Amino acid sequence: MNKKLGLHVLMAILVAGLFLTASCAKKTVVSDATAIEDQTQASAEAAAAEAARKAEQERIRQQELQAEADKKAAMEQARAQAAQTRFLHQHIHFEFDSAQLTDTARTLLREKAAWLKANTGHSIVIEGHCDERGTTEYNLALGERRAGAVKQYLQDLGIGSFRMTTVSYGEERPLDPGQNEAAYSKNRRAQFVLK
Amino acid sequence: MTRRFVVSAIMLLLMGLLMAPDRLTAAPYDTIQVSNPFLNKTPIALPAFKALTGSPAESQIGAEALETLENGLAFTGFLKQVNPAAFLADPSNTGIQMSQINFSDWTGIGAELLITGGVEEKDGRVKLALRLFDTFNHQLLKGKVYTGPPDQVRRMIHLFCAEVSHALTGKWGVFASKLTFVSTVDGNKEIFVSDFDGHNPTRFTRHKSISLSPAWSSDGQWLAYVSYAGGKPDIYIRHLEQKRGSVIKRDGMNITPAWMPGQDTLAAALSFSGNQEIYLLTRQGEMIKKITSSWGINVSPQFSPDGGKLAFVSNRSGTPQIYIKDLSSGEVDRVTFQGRYNTSPAWSPDGKKIAYVGIEKNRIDIYMVQLDKGPGMPVQLTRNQGDNEDPAWSPDGNLIVFTSTRDGRGGAVFVMTAAGTDQRRLMNMPGRQTQPRWSEPMTYKE
Repeated sequence: MNKKLGLHVLMAILVAGLFLTASCAKKTVVSDATAIEDQTQASAEAAAAEAARKAEQERIRQQELQAEADKKAAMEQARAQAAQTRFLHQHIHFEFDSAQLTDTARTLLREKAAWLKANTGHSIVIEGHCDERGTTEYNLALGERRAGAVKQYLQDLGIGSFRMTTVSYGEERPLDPGQNEAAYSKNRRAQFVLK
Repeated sequence: MTRRFVVSAIMLLLMGLLMAPDRLTAAPYDTIQVSNPFLNKTPIALPAFKALTGSPAESQIGAEALETLENGLAFTGFLKQVNPAAFLADPSNTGIQMSQINFSDWTGIGAELLITGGVEEKDGRVKLALRLFDTFNHQLLKGKVYTGPPDQVRRMIHLFCAEVSHALTGKWGVFASKLTFVSTVDGNKEIFVSDFDGHNPTRFTRHKSISLSPAWSSDGQWLAYVSYAGGKPDIYIRHLEQKRGSVIKRDGMNITPAWMPGQDTLAAALSFSGNQEIYLLTRQGEMIKKITSSWGINVSPQFSPDGGKLAFVSNRSGTPQIYIKDLSSGEVDRVTFQGRYNTSPAWSPDGKKIAYVGIEKNRIDIYMVQLDKGPGMPVQLTRNQGDNEDPAWSPDGNLIVFTSTRDGRGGAVFVMTAAGTDQRRLMNMPGRQTQPRWSEPMTYKE
């Protein structure tokens, strides 16, 4: 009898335990489903973050590429600008009362011709200038011969004459107002202006 | 009796001594027969003017008129004013008419000429009575009365200066001439026109560009000049008062215009052919003919006073030199042989001399050659006083106007006698002035 009771108690405990276990098991399943949802969301978020990171990376890469390209373009432009500046500011100099091209002048003019060939869109005005020594009227004539000598040489180097016009300013537009040989030699020049 | 004779003899002797040298009386008054009148000037006395009714206004006008007269007569080049401190008489008190003048007061201080003046001012009108006397001959050489508003006193005085010049030399002088020149304005160069002495400058161009080389037509009605108003040097021909004119704007440069005396014709250097050559053109800019045919520079034409020859600058010999072309025979003669740079020829009104600019040892100066004596040594007219350029003659040939940097301003207008003496600044304007040219005398509308 005691044995039977003991069995009953065990059964009861087992059943209760079963119940408990059953309820526990059910609870676990539910909780598992939630975990999966969370996990999906988390992985989606992670994917999104990853995508964003990649996009950001791509954006930065693009930006870097752009910057690189910009830098390149800017450098190119700066180089072109420098070439143009040099073209416009490296003047051709002459001896006193002379319109003859010196060796230095010829070297510089070959460089100018190269620039003109690389920049076919540009037409130019060649200005002839003189120092203040000598007389106003004669210097007008001399300045024109200087500009003319430069134009002729560039033409000989293959630059179309239609791209070049000349004008003489005589002694009217000195670069340096000084009254010494340094200033005079600066002022005896042919210089280029873009049309 | 004896004593009186001795005194008379001494007086005669003294008078003879006073009269003998440098006298005007030997020759008729239409010319002064002195080899270099600028080095041997005739002394003239210019005492204070008389206030005819005695009013303070008359004294004031008289003082100003006298100053104008003193400055004006300096432009004859051949008169020397006697220092007023030496004067023994005062015509403003004792009278300005011939009968009121004691000539020995003037001969005694060496004055060979005397000008007296009287001023009357009434109802806003000024009457100026002016007399030029030969003190040794006791002779009235010229008497004139001018009447006009007070602002015309300067002009009256200059009319009389012209009369003085004419009475003494047969030439009217520079007094009825006008002056044109280039002046900087706000960094540009514009053409100006003024009285002969630089007074009353008025701006003629408003191109706001570089304007250069103004040249008068013989009748003084037209100016031809060069301007960059169109972006390159072109020749503008404009009437002084009317809105008429034309522009010579051929390809290349169009520069250095010069008028043929008495004609509506110009010479100018044009480069449309690819070379700088001198051409004859009408006032409308139409081509008449080509004058030079020489590779290189040909510029700055200047006609001889008779219009038969043309002086110009060419570098055909390797350096800029002055040449003369006979327009009928076509013959070309080189004029300058000294130095390696001779430009800017200016023909004297008598046709016998050419003033020009030469560069020697880096100094720019004005020189002159005599044409009627064959190739001779040039005479240097300016020396050691800055750079000197742009010589141009007065119509009577007594003066040369030019540009000098001697006062450190980079260019101002100066005047000197044709012998290079009495160099002085002509006007006081802001900016820099260059390329002065006198017109032929114009008849005043009185």
